[in-house]
Amino acid sequence: MAVKLSYREYFKEEALPLMWCAGCGNGILLRAITDALADLEIPPHQVVVSTGIGCWGKADDYMKTHGFHGSHGRALAFGTGIKLGNPDLHVIALMGDGDALAIGGNHFIHAARRNIDITAIISNNFTYGMTGGQYSPTTPLSYKTTTSPIGVAEPAFDVCSLSEECGANYVARSTVYHVTQLKRFIAAAIQKKGFNVVEAINTCPTHFGRRNIPGDTVEMMNYVKEISISKSRYEKLDEEEKAKHLVTGELVNRDRPDFLSVYREINPAASETGRGEGK
Amino acid sequence: MTKTENKDVVIHIDETLCKRCGFCIEFCNTKVYEADQDGLPLIKNLDQCTNCRLCELRCPDFAIKVEVVNNE
Ligand SMILES: Cc1ncc(C[n+]2csc(CCOP(=O)(O)OP(=O)(O)O)c2C)c(N)n1
Ligand code: SF4
Ligand code: SF4
Ligand code: SF4
Repeated sequence: MAVKLSYREYFKEEALPLMWCAGCGNGILLRAITDALADLEIPPHQVVVSTGIGCWGKADDYMKTHGFHGSHGRALAFGTGIKLGNPDLHVIALMGDGDALAIGGNHFIHAARRNIDITAIISNNFTYGMTGGQYSPTTPLSYKTTTSPIGVAEPAFDVCSLSEECGANYVARSTVYHVTQLKRFIAAAIQKKGFNVVEAINTCPTHFGRRNIPGDTVEMMNYVKEISISKSRYEKLDEEEKAKHLVTGELVNRDRPDFLSVYREINPAASETGRGEGK
Repeated sequence: MTKTENKDVVIHIDETLCKRCGFCIEFCNTKVYEADQDGLPLIKNLDQCTNCRLCELRCPDFAIKVEVVNNE
């Protein structure tokens, strides 16, 4: 029987301990990604992790794949360049909710529209963790942050609906509590061609939790567990209850042609590597 | 390093990596762990462990290893 690869082929064990706070789910998400890569048996040198800036943006420090630690909001811009430069690579963009949808929002919607073959893994902890807990485009309405001490007055983005509307091929939401589901969705997203989004609902006990969820790290995790429900359960809720929950599951799975396939069709001179041969 | 064995399963907990978040203690369905005064998980009921490995996967700090021992 073939020996199954271990997450250790992708995870830089010698870099432990992780920099994140006690009860921060980033380590759980990192484990799910490295487990998914091991299941898919993609050699580490064929994977490029492109990150922005933030607590989650530090994840590349702990991976044995290639890493491109870019600038805040630009993980998809760099990732697009990397993919077009060498389409044989698997490009995985790791972004926080602020990274992907505030400063990087424009990159995000256009990467989805273009359907560039990148897997976007968004850690949604509802806040800017690294800079001290400001509100982000996903902070739920009326929740408290350092920049909304009496409650945020703006409605939140639904990351998955936005991704669907903009054109992503695969969109799924899971959480750092639902670890086996999370890994499954990440593996499916990596395998699928096109722009694929996995939103991982995450814990930030230090900032989001401290201001909104009475109790400790365990209560922060319980919050993540309880707000996340399947589509069938969600549909049975009234409008008021719906507003307090997020649907988990594979929400979109379609086959719009990805950017490179379209580009090669329009420009037959483009070589297999994606570079125009000028003939 | 705590290492406790029953017939099939060995659980290792790296005390230096553990940040005492309490996830393993709270979310193990069969209540294998109990907290010490400091919040460190102690392996109290290993015979109830179902080897689901969820504690390992949900440990944010890679501090838990659940190993199945091959007894032949
Ligand atoms: C151009 C630029 N603007 C602002 C910052 C400051 N900054 C660093 S991380 C961050 C937000 C991080 O929040 P998020 O992306 O949600 O990730 P998290 O830290 O929560 O994982 C900001 C505003 C920066 N580094 N660069
Ligand atoms: S501030 Fe929040 S997101 Fe950042 S490491 Fe701490 S818990 Fe995690
Ligand atoms: S889940 Fe990990 S870090 Fe948290 S208490 Fe258990 S062993 Fe320690
Ligand atoms: S493997 Fe499962 S049953 Fe055993 S201690 Fe961990 S969570 Fe509990």
